[in-house]
Amino acid sequence: MNYKPEELLISVAASLLNTPDIQHVAVGAASPIPGAAALLAQKLGGGELDVTIIHGSANNTFTDGGRELFDCAGQGRVHAFFLGGVQIDGQANINLVGTGNYPDLERRFPGSFGSAYMYFTVPNVILFRPEHSRRVFVEKVDFISAPGVSDPGIQRTGGPKAMITGLCLMSFNAEKAQFKLESVHPGHSVEEVLDNTGFEIDIPENVLTTAVPSDEHLKLLRAEIAPEIAKTYPGFAASVFNIKSAA
Amino acid sequence: MTTFINVSELADLIPNGAYIAIPPEYSFVPMELVRGLIRRNTKNLSVLCVPIGGMAVDLLIGAGCVKQIEAAAVSLGENGLAPRFTDAVVSKKIKMMDSTCPAIHTALQASEKGVPFMPLGGIIGSDIQAHRDDWRIVDDPLGNGNGPILLLPAIQPDFTIFHSPLADRSGNVWVGRQRELLTMAHAAKQTLVTVERITDENLLANEQTAAGTMPALYINAIAEAEGGAKPLGLTDCYERDGDAIRDYAAQAKTDSGFDDYLAQHIYTNTQQAAQ
Repeated sequence: MNYKPEELLISVAASLLNTPDIQHVAVGAASPIPGAAALLAQKLGGGELDVTIIHGSANNTFTDGGRELFDCAGQGRVHAFFLGGVQIDGQANINLVGTGNYPDLERRFPGSFGSAYMYFTVPNVILFRPEHSRRVFVEKVDFISAPGVSDPGIQRTGGPKAMITGLCLMSFNAEKAQFKLESVHPGHSVEEVLDNTGFEIDIPENVLTTAVPSDEHLKLLRAEIAPEIAKTYPGFAASVFNIKSAA
Repeated sequence: MTTFINVSELADLIPNGAYIAIPPEYSFVPMELVRGLIRRNTKNLSVLCVPIGGMAVDLLIGAGCVKQIEAAAVSLGENGLAPRFTDAVVSKKIKMMDSTCPAIHTALQASEKGVPFMPLGGIIGSDIQAHRDDWRIVDDPLGNGNGPILLLPAIQPDFTIFHSPLADRSGNVWVGRQRELLTMAHAAKQTLVTVERITDENLLANEQTAAGTMPALYINAIAEAEGGAKPLGLTDCYERDGDAIRDYAAQAKTDSGFDDYLAQHIYTNTQQAAQ
């Protein structure tokens, strides 16, 4: 069955969430693909995975206001979370603020959101950035919204575990402070990944091709997940799944 | 004692230079009051977005009402960057104090508890902290070997403002599960609220509604404003008007487009808002 690039990314992200370590995944602001992935992983896991989508009241069981996500993460009750970046560097530092020499910015982006806290408290942070280019994947970010690794002695139970881009899936080794290429998406190559990455990546001898979404997963995604994610992200659901939100 | 006035009188209570706190964009944003502030040409506001800003603060910035903002982020969500905000920050028309969501919640909780600061985990090593002269990192003050920790000074806004579906005649206001509104009201010197409607039933008379109600104790003034969160959404009342926000995002990309927006959507409604 043919699939859209977004559907591949949803499927890759969902596969990372289907592990016993992850019983609760939270999805923050402006994250339609991670949100759809969390809902797909929940379906595939028979409903065992708790999903909290922060933006709005759909798929959000929190009742203690905006702070509950962070309190919940601080308690160790959020096991996976997604973060992005205007820039991301080889040490997994992320920049959500802007480019240039802060505060003298050339381009301003929305801001750090909760990244500087969630990166320290959620054990499986998945970095997500569809645009795989040297303007995103830089040697050193212009502004560290949240650091990828910390000195020993700093209280930290969380951090980056993996990164999904439009070209590939990488894992992150906190001890080496380095990304490793895990798989390249169908139709792309290791060379293409290297050409478009501004930092060193650990490249194993045999790099796998990312598994394409199965027909069963695609049907589930389009029939059941799409209307659900439309409640939070109507624009995304309309453009990718061609559905109008009933909400 | 809560007073009942109209939206224009409510806007008059917020002087130039005031420090105001606004809830996040999903719900309860007092858009009609924001339009009121623009109509009366309020200047030099400091705005605290709790913790994320959107169309409301973008409008205030574009209309020249804002001197400084503190936020974890400002964006129009699915409609992209907040154009007046990004322009004003890059051209330094306003001062931006970058923060992160839990730091804003925590600093408000400090005021809520009447203590001068609160600790927060994480964040150490972020450039947010490196650029905040008012934040401090200290070694575990209790000497329990927990390492360094960040201290945040209490935030006390002059005004918390929001729009709710419902108030009662005693001045109690429904907030449902959007409980950061309670923290914002506890922390601020004054709270001003607009509501869709006012009910004759006392919201505190029933435990079920009482649990989602902000008592009048914290609320200084209430104005009735039907549709007062539009074009944003309001929980259980109406959805956000995606087309209207998309149109705003497009128009606000340029100074002249933004001025047209103000002329079409804000200055023309003066009569209607005063009713």
